[in-house]
Amino acid sequence: MKNTRHLKKDFKDIKSPSDIDRRDFLKYLGGGIVIAFTAGDSVLLAQRRREMPSDFNAYLLIEESGNVKLFTGKIEMGQGVITSLAQMLADELDVKLDSIEMIMGDTDRCPWDMGTFGSMTTRFFGPPLRAAGAEARATLIKLASEKLDIPESRLQASEGVVYDRTDRNNSITYGELAKGQKIAKIIEGEVPVKSPSELKIMGSEALRQDSVEKVTGRAKYAGDIQLPGMLYARILRPPSHDSKLKSVDLSGLERFSDLKVVNEDEMIAVLHASPDVAAEAINAVDTVYDTPRSSITQETIFDHIKKNAPEGEAVDSGGDLKKGMEESEILVEREYLDGYVAHAPIEPHTATAMIENGHIYLWGSTQTPFPAKDEVAEAIDFDPEKVHVRQVFVGGGFGGKSANGQIIEAAQLAKITGKPVQVAWTREEEFFYDTYRPAGVVKIKSGLTSDGLIKLWDYGVLCAGERGSQQFYNIPHHVTKVHGSGWSGRSSVHPFRVGAWRAPANNTNTFARESQIDIMAHEAGMDPLEFRLKNLGDEKMAGLLRLIGEKFGRRDNLPEDHGVGLSCGIDAGTYVALMAEVKVEKSTGKVKIIRVVCVQDMGLVINPEGAILQMEGCITMGMGYVFSEDIEFEGSRIDTKNFDTYELPKFSWLPEIEAYFVDARNDPPQGGGEPAIINMGAVVANAIFDACGARVYQLPMTPARVLAAMPG
Amino acid sequence: MDKAIHFTLNGEEVSFTMDRDYTLLWVLRNHFGLTGTKYGCGIGFCGSCTVLIDKEPVRSCSVPVSDVEGHRVVTIEGLSVNGELHFLQEAFVKHDATQCGYCTPGMILTAYGLLAKNPDPTYDEIIEGMEDNLCRCGSHVRVIKAIQTASEEIQGGKKL
Repeated sequence: MKNTRHLKKDFKDIKSPSDIDRRDFLKYLGGGIVIAFTAGDSVLLAQRRREMPSDFNAYLLIEESGNVKLFTGKIEMGQGVITSLAQMLADELDVKLDSIEMIMGDTDRCPWDMGTFGSMTTRFFGPPLRAAGAEARATLIKLASEKLDIPESRLQASEGVVYDRTDRNNSITYGELAKGQKIAKIIEGEVPVKSPSELKIMGSEALRQDSVEKVTGRAKYAGDIQLPGMLYARILRPPSHDSKLKSVDLSGLERFSDLKVVNEDEMIAVLHASPDVAAEAINAVDTVYDTPRSSITQETIFDHIKKNAPEGEAVDSGGDLKKGMEESEILVEREYLDGYVAHAPIEPHTATAMIENGHIYLWGSTQTPFPAKDEVAEAIDFDPEKVHVRQVFVGGGFGGKSANGQIIEAAQLAKITGKPVQVAWTREEEFFYDTYRPAGVVKIKSGLTSDGLIKLWDYGVLCAGERGSQQFYNIPHHVTKVHGSGWSGRSSVHPFRVGAWRAPANNTNTFARESQIDIMAHEAGMDPLEFRLKNLGDEKMAGLLRLIGEKFGRRDNLPEDHGVGLSCGIDAGTYVALMAEVKVEKSTGKVKIIRVVCVQDMGLVINPEGAILQMEGCITMGMGYVFSEDIEFEGSRIDTKNFDTYELPKFSWLPEIEAYFVDARNDPPQGGGEPAIINMGAVVANAIFDACGARVYQLPMTPARVLAAMPG
Repeated sequence: MDKAIHFTLNGEEVSFTMDRDYTLLWVLRNHFGLTGTKYGCGIGFCGSCTVLIDKEPVRSCSVPVSDVEGHRVVTIEGLSVNGELHFLQEAFVKHDATQCGYCTPGMILTAYGLLAKNPDPTYDEIIEGMEDNLCRCGSHVRVIKAIQTASEEIQGGKKL
């Protein structure tokens, strides 16, 4: 993701707290105490300033009632930040976890935010949020000192109350302190936060804040917003992305009563109060398309990529490749392939739109509510100040809901019809318009000595993206070249839109790198774990590998046709290693994962239960791209239409999963929603090889591919 | 020609007048406002639209509403009584079995149907019973634990 570069920011440059004159802002919020803070790139923020004061992008409010509200443009889509952010704030502020209300992704109430992706929420948002919580507590203690006439040093805060250490009955609540106040501060300096040993809520188990709403069906997603007079829209879709509509016959729609038909701005849509009628109507539209054929399919795409990939850019290099060749006794040259994978959240892209008094209100399943607002303003020619995106739950994103096509469509149709409109993509539309994980090719030429020292690493990734491409072994002569960014900008290589998919690019890169390492270990006649340890200079990774070896336990007592694999990598600042035991059915090539052990060093863990859940989720979701998920297409025509042919991981695929993290509470927190998924390809490929000697170089590793790779 | 059909919805007698047949999923969501039942795939494959018809889990995206005439339909909103969570829902909360939460209502009602038939399922029976419900976030491990906990509560005397 290109703009992660902007976000590699530490917060050492924050200056001392100062009062800010923002009367309008406080008036908007009502009274109380507001602490605002910045997370992310301030230049970017300044460019995007809208009606909110723009030198910060999140704030917390202690209301006169004592309620605490945290306003952030981040969204909750299952990754659990609604809980972990509240934990960070509650701990620093000394309030109960359930006293915090999270206001997320509402473009009126929350300051601008670029979006929720890249495992950035905890890493980049966490430190300033904690500072804001600490500053708020310090402010409250100062106020209490004045009110109670007790020196600050004698005061202590706990669960929303400041009290005198020498007399606990002499106390005052945060609400009483906030009453009548109009204090607005912006965090601009280093604010001391609690030391790891002082933390009570962070690092402790916390159940998800949103689970009661979710188990009762009360949680509102974009499609659950129902407005009086609302119409459900179905939009005419072409058979492929580069099809041209030659003629259309709408006479079949005459038999439908109360149907609105839209035919303008290259959009043909039917709208009705019943989704059933709208679906029937769209099927009654007769069309003739000019659909160009293409020779690019899921089989030929890799040759296409190799022929058309742009020049590579060296993102990392050292030593001299020629010397590396000379110093190597064994050369290993391999190519790895990875097909297109869909995000396939169970909630398809959905949006509800309503226009009232010149303002448009939108509820959309999106990871990027603020960009969505700007996109809508431009698409329907509205002043951005009159575009309002409201908070809803998002039914899974994984990177796919950074694209907001459905929100724009709902806005356009609401404007054209003058009615509230819901656009809920069908599963087929969801597959058609997805921004897939890009297909890619990785070419690696590596060399080692006969006693197992890697000397050469010549790595090129074609059209899959950069993240995770850089190796972390101690290799004297190496280069890593990235050919094409994968998705940003217009790419002539991929026949349709592609985008960021959970740990973007890293799944493809780690599959290739860790398979290659495994092959070299076998070439050297060494145990893959020992081989890695021998070639690692990074002590953190070495420690993680020793730990996973211990946690996995014996490997020498496996049943027939079982094998064990290992893979490790770095993603979103987190170090992660996986070991897996698989069983291979030799006659069919069918593979079942029996057991997976995952260890992760992710710095301070805010919500241990949530972190484990994310690791389990990564391992479970990852089985899909490992075994079955592969978009079928011809050119820009997507032949994958539903879950009957695009198989997601199922209950019967589940291995026994053990997940651990290293206690690194003194290190800053790192990403947790993505890292564990990156190793799934290689850990299974390496285990399959261990089980039966079949080396599979292409994802997904379908039974046919495993069978074809079987030795002899 | 309008036709009224009558059925029990979350314990209440209801009727729905229709000029043509409609899909149960959309009638529940749009006419009765019960939006806990979700659209996921439209072909009965993912299970997020699951409701109970006479305690049997059914994919409401693939059922015409006329089929429920005279039957008892329960949606996720009908599982908790007087605002109290059903112990199966509580088990899902306890084990953090929700991530994005979109498949959750269908998971819970499918689990309900499984436990109604087999109050003490083995691990393999849980897998078999839940096999056709899809979850993209990967909460499967927690869903299984939640069902095991609910099953233990049934063994302890709780009524489903």
